[in-house]
Amino acid sequence: MEGLLAGYRSAAYDEMVDADGVPYPHTKSLHEALQLLSAADLTERGAVRARSFLEQGITFSSSGREWVFPLDLIPRLIPEPEWEHIEAGVVQRVRALEAFLADVYGDRRVLADGVVPHSLVVTSSNFTREAAGIRPPGGVRVHLAGIDLVRGSDGMIRVLEDNLRVPSGISYVVENREALTRVFPGLFLEQQVQPVANYVATMLDSLRATAPRGVSDPTVVLMTPGVHNSAYFEHAFLARKMGIELVEGRDLICRDNVLYMRTTSGQRRVDVVYRRIDDDFLDPLQFRPDSMIGCPGLVNAARAGNVTLANAIGNGVADDKLTYTYVPDLIRYYLGEEPLLPNVPTYRLDDPDVRADCLGRADRLVFKPVDGSGGHGIVIGPQASDEELAEMIRKVAELPRAYVAQELVLLSTVPSQDGDLLKPRHVDLRPFATNDGDRIRVLPGGLTRVALREGSLVVNSSQGGGSKDTWVLTSRPRLPAVDAAPEVLAATLPAQAPDPGPVTGQAQQQQQGFRPPGALESGRVGC
Amino acid sequence: MLSRAAEALFWIGRYAERAEDTARLLDVHFHQIIVDPAVDEAETCAVVATVMGLRDTGPDPVPTTMREVLDLLAYDLDNPSAIAGALAAARENARGVRESLSGEIWECLNTTYLELPRRISAARQFGPAPLCSYVRHRAAMYAGYVASTISRDAGYDFLALGRSLERADMTARLLAAAVGTPAREDEHWVTTLRACSAHEAYLRRYQRGVAGRPVLEFLLLDRQFPRSVLHALTVGEEALARLEPAELWDSRSGRASDAPRLIGRVRTDLEFLSPEALAHGLPERLQSIQRGVSDVSESVGRRYFGSSALVGWNREEADWIGAAP
Repeated sequence: MEGLLAGYRSAAYDEMVDADGVPYPHTKSLHEALQLLSAADLTERGAVRARSFLEQGITFSSSGREWVFPLDLIPRLIPEPEWEHIEAGVVQRVRALEAFLADVYGDRRVLADGVVPHSLVVTSSNFTREAAGIRPPGGVRVHLAGIDLVRGSDGMIRVLEDNLRVPSGISYVVENREALTRVFPGLFLEQQVQPVANYVATMLDSLRATAPRGVSDPTVVLMTPGVHNSAYFEHAFLARKMGIELVEGRDLICRDNVLYMRTTSGQRRVDVVYRRIDDDFLDPLQFRPDSMIGCPGLVNAARAGNVTLANAIGNGVADDKLTYTYVPDLIRYYLGEEPLLPNVPTYRLDDPDVRADCLGRADRLVFKPVDGSGGHGIVIGPQASDEELAEMIRKVAELPRAYVAQELVLLSTVPSQDGDLLKPRHVDLRPFATNDGDRIRVLPGGLTRVALREGSLVVNSSQGGGSKDTWVLTSRPRLPAVDAAPEVLAATLPAQAPDPGPVTGQAQQQQQGFRPPGALESGRVGC
Repeated sequence: MLSRAAEALFWIGRYAERAEDTARLLDVHFHQIIVDPAVDEAETCAVVATVMGLRDTGPDPVPTTMREVLDLLAYDLDNPSAIAGALAAARENARGVRESLSGEIWECLNTTYLELPRRISAARQFGPAPLCSYVRHRAAMYAGYVASTISRDAGYDFLALGRSLERADMTARLLAAAVGTPAREDEHWVTTLRACSAHEAYLRRYQRGVAGRPVLEFLLLDRQFPRSVLHALTVGEEALARLEPAELWDSRSGRASDAPRLIGRVRTDLEFLSPEALAHGLPERLQSIQRGVSDVSESVGRRYFGSSALVGWNREEADWIGAAP
């Protein structure tokens, strides 16, 4: 009877069932629906999904090939009260980090007050002197943030890292939902899931709202490194859904601190650049002079207040893994609030005692480079070989500032397809937040990444990770059907039947019996 | 060309477009019921059923579940206003005029039709989305063959005329569905745009969020978007003008047959509307577009097809003719 979930047990906290294998109140309905599903059915729907992703070009590039981002069809559910907590925590964190960035590139109060050591900021490889003194319109530097969350064995949700530069993944959230509603329409009708499709429009609103002062109808563009970038699909997706131009560096030109794009009808002024290029490659005049994908003069145009860069340059100092260890203090310092979402316990290795302690139990900790992303350079103690560990210890001793050590979190699990059964697989969650200067709005849910290999704790797509649709359940009732009954409402509409065509001889024949092979009687079950 | 063939081609144009647009309408609205908990099934179904004319011809009261609406408007092979029925009717008409169509067009329509039962039974099991996307793919293929495999002769003009009239009519219906949806936020306008495959084109044109006014402007009046009512009417008018060149018109009054005059009137009613008046009395305006299109269709029938469908021999009359002294 248990079908797909036969023998399902997780060694970690599971998002679907409790320690006794009993579903939570909010997962009960999905749990029941899964009992009725066969492995063949699931595989069939999965194949339909994969084909449609490939046809639509929903892929990422890695090692010179295009891959379909694996989507596991079993969604991850978040009950409403828990989501409200996460949402508030994410907003709080982004507010504090915005304040920190404004401070670091402005008055540096936080350094003078000794909350964060001066040396931490100036030794950060992502501290960007070029950003000092730039006052971005609306005071917004983090137009889009992705905050990575994990849930450990104790059931507590913690922040694993912040992404304030060019977080990616929104396109997968939208496309995953689109795909799941198409292959599993029935599941959605029994639940009330908060929609995600409008979030791209919300992002565009934020970008428009942060245009340089005095521009009433800003021209927004999305700047991409080009088709060879691993996230190119997402760039094209967002540009299409926002209706804005997808530009490369060579399409742009800066003159007198004003940015233009070259069009067939002459040069057109650009006001907001949502750029998906790292700082280093953005402007060869300011950063790497050998960058061929940037636009010379862009940073000065931003400094002159003629163009908005989203996200702002220099944000990397705030998502530095060492800065991360201070974020709870920053929240208290700037907002006078207690952090709603705690950090994962993380150790600063520049303190000799801490370092000695961490290196002594290196096989139980996770070591991360402070400025890395995408899972590169991370060493997971319990899973590392002796050589890897020795190498890491050597590197830490050489350059303690470049690494942090973190307690290993046994990520929570969600049932995921593995052959004919559903097995527990570890997941994280990346909610997205967009700031328009007045409000920070969070995409309901976010990207759930899943480590598809058994026992793996690495969810990055470049390392065998996939994704899941994330459902934030809502108890908001479906809106009552206005005051009028449907028939009354519809009575105000034009209701002409479509024009009938002539009844041809053949059509009569058809009515008398010709049917394509396998024709059905109407009224069969199903929808 | 033969009146009979012309009539068949005209209706192939209409039915193929009808199938495609109905597939969009159902797909997008039902998708919305699924993804957005705030959208009510009964209400949406009633609106869709009404704008597709089921209030007068369908069961009483109007259907309020997706399954009922799909049975009536998607899976019914006998109702030429349903997706399957329209495709069947297009194929039946094509069968009678195979010599006027390219082999590719016939094969496309025929294969689509033969494939329907399998697609419908899959739709009953897995939901209607794959069926709708199948129909849209096949409609695009049909349109591609029409564009590239037949001469631009009178036959083509009848196909184009039928398609344009149906498109104007269907876009008006899709807009009517939006008007019928109670205004919550501007989100239902996104649904309307998507139903017309116009969302991305709209975003590129306006580069900002979706709001009622510009959507109306775009779908009624845009001169560059091929599914706007104005664009469809203009294309239809051009096809009519080729069928009946101006040299044949009355040289003083400029009067041709009814059809060009009627379609011109529907178009100018829209074209010279003041922007402020656009949203005014919208249901009536949409209705008058639909009625206008029906009138054009009818007069095309009178002028070119001799309304063959309406002529039937009456036995007594025949006897009378035969018995006349």
